[in-house]
Amino acid sequence: MIAFEDVAHDYGGGPLFREVSVRLEPGSFHFLTGPSGAGKSTFLKLCYGELLPSFGVVRLMDRDVRTLSRDALAETRERIGVVHQDCQFLDHLSVEQNVGLPLTATGRPLREADLSDLLGWVGLGEQAEALPPTLSGGERQRAALARAIIAAPNVLLADEPTGNLDWEMSQRLMMLMIELNRMGTAVLIATHDLQLIRFAKAQVNARVMRIAGRRLQIAGADL
Amino acid sequence: MSAREISRLVVPNRGQSVWLVLLSASAMAFLAVFALALSVTSAQLARNWSAALAQTATVRISAPPEEIEAQTAIVLEVLRTTPGIAEANVMVAAEQAALLEAWLGPDLPLDALPLPRLIELTETEEGPDRQGLRLRLAAEAPGAVFDDHTRWRRPLAEAAGRLRAFALVSLGLIGGVTAAIVVLASSAALASNGQVIRVLRLVGARDRFIALAFVRRISSRAFIGAAAGTALGMLALRALPEAGGNVHLLSGLGFSGAGWLLPLAIPPLAMVLAWAASMATAFKLLREVT
Ligand SMILES: Nc1ncnc2c1ncn2[C@@H]1O[C@H](COP(=O)(O)OP(=O)(O)O)[C@@H](O)[C@H]1O
Ligand SMILES: [Mg+2]
Repeated sequence: MIAFEDVAHDYGGGPLFREVSVRLEPGSFHFLTGPSGAGKSTFLKLCYGELLPSFGVVRLMDRDVRTLSRDALAETRERIGVVHQDCQFLDHLSVEQNVGLPLTATGRPLREADLSDLLGWVGLGEQAEALPPTLSGGERQRAALARAIIAAPNVLLADEPTGNLDWEMSQRLMMLMIELNRMGTAVLIATHDLQLIRFAKAQVNARVMRIAGRRLQIAGADL
Repeated sequence: MSAREISRLVVPNRGQSVWLVLLSASAMAFLAVFALALSVTSAQLARNWSAALAQTATVRISAPPEEIEAQTAIVLEVLRTTPGIAEANVMVAAEQAALLEAWLGPDLPLDALPLPRLIELTETEEGPDRQGLRLRLAAEAPGAVFDDHTRWRRPLAEAAGRLRAFALVSLGLIGGVTAAIVVLASSAALASNGQVIRVLRLVGARDRFIALAFVRRISSRAFIGAAAGTALGMLALRALPEAGGNVHLLSGLGFSGAGWLLPLAIPPLAMVLAWAASMATAFKLLREVT
């Protein structure tokens, strides 16, 4: 689904990580941890083609990202839901319109009932008509998650999705992602919240990857 | 919420580029109405002048008072026997006086002036052999001069033709400037909406969708602006004083009858132009930024 083959990334000041080879299989559940600045967000951007690897090959849906046309990359992104670290909304559109964007902007049908169900699920039923700038940090992250999953993607990539949430809401969102995973969506979550990882590992068979010393390590069960 | 509806909403309705397009489209459409009117009127003028002058001519007889009657009789006889001339009339003194009064005022002592005798003639479709007529007149009535108005007609027709060329060049320039402004405004709109483009990319929108969202905004503004400018231009033309049925460059500038439908093509043309220019710009810029 997403495969890294001997990947290195370098913004110009030396490689953040190198010799990374990993596969995210359909239905798998992964965490990505590591200290701040280790390159977690960079890794995720490589996973949805926002960045091209400085070295090695990244395959999305079995195709080398370098060979994808612009439209083919866009098509690939229809099947990858992304919760961006800084959320990224269209601030002049309502929460509802933002959440529906992955469907409406790609010409796919959007059912009002699904939209309100989903908003209710992430606790934003009341804020459907609100503008994103009026939301709290936690509400923004929930809206971003709703947008990432509305199109039922094959892969969900989430960059610190619970960074601004209280523990109760973090658990709730975690459960939502676990539920999605059980229905077949591959999930990759970048986080440094070990409590959250422990919570998830009690529910689901999750692998933990860690960027440390410019390498990607697959952590053991001990964490 | 359909793709069409969202496409209309995703680009925020703010920024100077929207105003730039709106205002310049209306100014350009206003100018285009005048250029169009000038091109139509000058074509009409050229036609009128040619038609009015083509089939009339005059013979002017300047001779001492005692010879003038004799020469007039000879000239009339020559004209009668020349093929291609339908009619020849000696202009009576009163007609001549009326002609001069327009230029010199009513108080002129016409009787005291040695005025030449004028004979007006109407040519048939084919017209006479002008060179032959000139030679015959010179031989038989030395005081007679044949004037077929080519002296007047040619420069007038040339002027009208050139005026029409000016008008067409102006229309071309107006179109070119409009396209350039649209290109500028589209680049500005794309540059100032980086966040919109990033978000749309993130959710899988194709270049075509993103470009169309901008193109819709810009070309609809171009249409609205051009419609306003066209309306103003047409009102201004209507407000020009009437010239009593005569096509005249100063007072006759405008359209007549169904000709008033012509400027109505300006707003849709402006929209098509804006559509093409902004589409090309948007695609180019979206490709440049990965
Ligand atoms: N666009 C960029 N250009 C240059 N350096 C960058 C860019 N984005 C991130 N970096 C740098 O790369 C490093 C890793 O960033 P990031 O992937 O965001 O780490 P993390 O998400 O693990 O905190 C940081 O030192 C950051 O400053
Ligand atoms: Mg990060």
